[in-house]
Amino acid sequence: MRLAIGMVLLVAALFVASLLSGQAPVGAGQSLQALVAGDGTPLSVVMREIRLPRALLAAMIGAVLGLSGAAMQGYLRNPLAEPGLIGISGAAALGAVLAIQTGLSLMFPLALPLAALGMAVLAVLLILMLAGPRGASITLILAGIAISALAGALISLALNLSPNPFAAADIVFWMMGSLADRSFTHVWLALPFMAVGAALLASLGRGLDALTLGEDAAQAMGVNLTGLRLRLVLGTAACVGAATAVAGAIGFVGLVVPHLLRPAVGARPSALLWASALGGAAMVLAADIAVRELLPARDLKLGVLMALVGAPLFLHLIYKTRKEMA
Amino acid sequence: MSLLTLRDLTVRRGDCPVVDHVSFSVGPGECIGLIGPNGAGKTTLLRAALGLLPASGDSTLAALPALERARTAAWMPQAREIAWPVTVERLIALGRIPHLPRGARLRPEDRAAVDAAIARMELESYRNRTATQLSGGEQGRVLIARALAQDTPLLIADEPIAGLDPAHQIATMQVFETLAAEGRSVIVSLHDLGLAARHCTRLLMMERGRLAADGAPGEVLTPENVDRVFGVSAFYENTAQGPVFQPMTVTR
Amino acid sequence: MRGCVRPSKVIALIAALVLTGAAALAETAPKRVVSVNLCTDQLALMLAAPGQIVSLSHLSQDPDSSSMAEAAQAYPTNGSGAEEVYLLKPDLVLAGSFTAASTIQMLRDLGIRVEQFAPARSLEDVPDRIAQMGAALGREPQARALIRRFRADLARLSISPAHRPRAALYYVNSYTVGDRTLAGDILRAAGFDNVATEVGFARGGTLALEQLILLAPDVIIRGRDYPGQSRAEEVLAHPALHALHQTRVAGTLTDRDWICGTPMVLSAVEKLRDLRLSLEAGE
Repeated sequence: MRLAIGMVLLVAALFVASLLSGQAPVGAGQSLQALVAGDGTPLSVVMREIRLPRALLAAMIGAVLGLSGAAMQGYLRNPLAEPGLIGISGAAALGAVLAIQTGLSLMFPLALPLAALGMAVLAVLLILMLAGPRGASITLILAGIAISALAGALISLALNLSPNPFAAADIVFWMMGSLADRSFTHVWLALPFMAVGAALLASLGRGLDALTLGEDAAQAMGVNLTGLRLRLVLGTAACVGAATAVAGAIGFVGLVVPHLLRPAVGARPSALLWASALGGAAMVLAADIAVRELLPARDLKLGVLMALVGAPLFLHLIYKTRKEMA
Repeated sequence: MSLLTLRDLTVRRGDCPVVDHVSFSVGPGECIGLIGPNGAGKTTLLRAALGLLPASGDSTLAALPALERARTAAWMPQAREIAWPVTVERLIALGRIPHLPRGARLRPEDRAAVDAAIARMELESYRNRTATQLSGGEQGRVLIARALAQDTPLLIADEPIAGLDPAHQIATMQVFETLAAEGRSVIVSLHDLGLAARHCTRLLMMERGRLAADGAPGEVLTPENVDRVFGVSAFYENTAQGPVFQPMTVTR
Repeated sequence: MRGCVRPSKVIALIAALVLTGAAALAETAPKRVVSVNLCTDQLALMLAAPGQIVSLSHLSQDPDSSSMAEAAQAYPTNGSGAEEVYLLKPDLVLAGSFTAASTIQMLRDLGIRVEQFAPARSLEDVPDRIAQMGAALGREPQARALIRRFRADLARLSISPAHRPRAALYYVNSYTVGDRTLAGDILRAAGFDNVATEVGFARGGTLALEQLILLAPDVIIRGRDYPGQSRAEEVLAHPALHALHQTRVAGTLTDRDWICGTPMVLSAVEKLRDLRLSLEAGE
């Protein structure tokens, strides 16, 4: 498939560009050589311990966020569904903050992604309960606002109560997201959860296709709706939970990417799943490169760039679908 | 060999039985019209028979495992949902989902079934159009084609011809007749008693959740039944061009 | 002897003047001193006469922040608010130049003398602060003695070595400081070259982890460990810091002695000098 090949090439190119992006005044060839050689020189350390995990995480996080956005939209049959918008990223961030502030993550490193996953599950369940079968857009967005607001407030509270003088400033990281100075520790922490979550979501293809005709018809075609919902909840929570635990809440990926790619895959939900994964990886890689190239001296947060791109698109989507929402 | 047997199927909403001890059996080669006034329980009956609703009593279809049921009966719901702007061809191809092995692309036999459905419903010129941009009636025909593509012995449709123009109403009923003649069976719920009389081999008349009459159109559409159940009086005659049934006045 | 003042009367007059003057001088030394700033707390503890100090800020008793936490236990503490301070009826309030301007203004409006101390930006500022504190408390002789001891100790500790290793100070949020800060000056006095100057930091700024690694200093001195957790501190535990074989990551040496411009900075210089000597021995 031409689209698939094109997207894989795009992701690969952006991956390499991400490896070459940073403050070191060295040429591309030299950087890549240092990456492969691994000879303990400072440049090699920078490439292997700082840039490589960052590029990997950008691709992984982008992929799972795109995938979970496409999956949620397919299930809810609503193009506005997106983990960041409907409060799942916020809830996951709350779980991560609680794990850190209670010291749980120090004793037991896996507690960090697990706590984020746990809170994400609660948020997804709440959303499904409120905006359930073919929920109206308005209910979905309102539920998302409520959950985001609650999560944000609780994060603020937890951070302000901390004895650590820097905790309160952490909120910027959690709410806006950042990939700066991530290490392989974070990669290994997130990878198992992302892998399981992605596998669960990838298995939803057929069911989501059938849901194009509505729940009744899909069920009559042999789709197990309960099983589908369970896999959606766990898959989304695992993906978004792990991503948020290591990089903070990064929004809009799951909104922008499926929207842009839907025409290219003929609007089929199953094809949109893998396309959004690749597209999400490309988007986050590109944003992470931009963050480093545009304002290298300042630590521009990833979420800022996402919001600058995503929010206008969101407004555009609202405008386009406003008759249905009335 | 029965395609569907219902025995004392009952669906309750609270205390009130929406479907009340309905029993019948469907064999091959039948074109069955399910008729009744609004609120008689037609949709509920069909959904309960398919196992989409919890019900007491027996339904052979509902007892089947999900995939086998999907290969036995195709269901076209009344709500014509098309969630995404897919092409007509893709939408009809969704009917092949129960037959596809895990995540496979369309095989030649699947494409053949899709093409056959498109031909039957005369949708050839619509193949590459976006389904969500069609008129209500056109969408209805596309969704019927989807059910046809599912290629099942039994086809169950809830008001499939509502909103279609006369030509397409008749054409669709003729498609169902042809399917029955080929050995499949069709259960169609509809309000147009005239079409039901002309094209169905058997009618099931429902009144307040109960099966009020079951038989050939001539046996079911007696003046007493029509008056009692529908509250109308009708003109019913076997003409040279087939039976003609036309409700005339309201009796209640 | 008419028209001439009698000598005994003159003597009495002069004696009276002298006594009054001495009494007046003695009264300019404040009797109720309240300190609302961590650094003025410690300087005051070092120089004040018994009974002069009425209250210190509560940071003075925090062992993570104050080098004189044990000595400060003997005194009551205040929360540095104007209302609380006013009720203590001080005749002198010692504050930092960054203490909340509204608090300072309020106290001055209430008629209380407030003496403000700028934070030390170099080791040379320390004698200046000591002298300022001595003048404020009326303890100039003690201040002068302290300054003499400080200068002698500093001279002894900061003998410039032949080879100056390159060091980086790395704090939470990738913050580093250059030569024109107290921490940077402590580093210099202990015999290190600060890599922050190589990238143009005179004061402080954010040094990206990448840049730090590429600078490949001989030592990375990390910022201290704060209670509780914050994600901002994660960068100090990044594996990349330990991946450079030629670089030693010294622990959290920057502790309470580094914060204020008091003679305690000398123990900071000493610890760093020992680090340098151990580096040379290890090589």
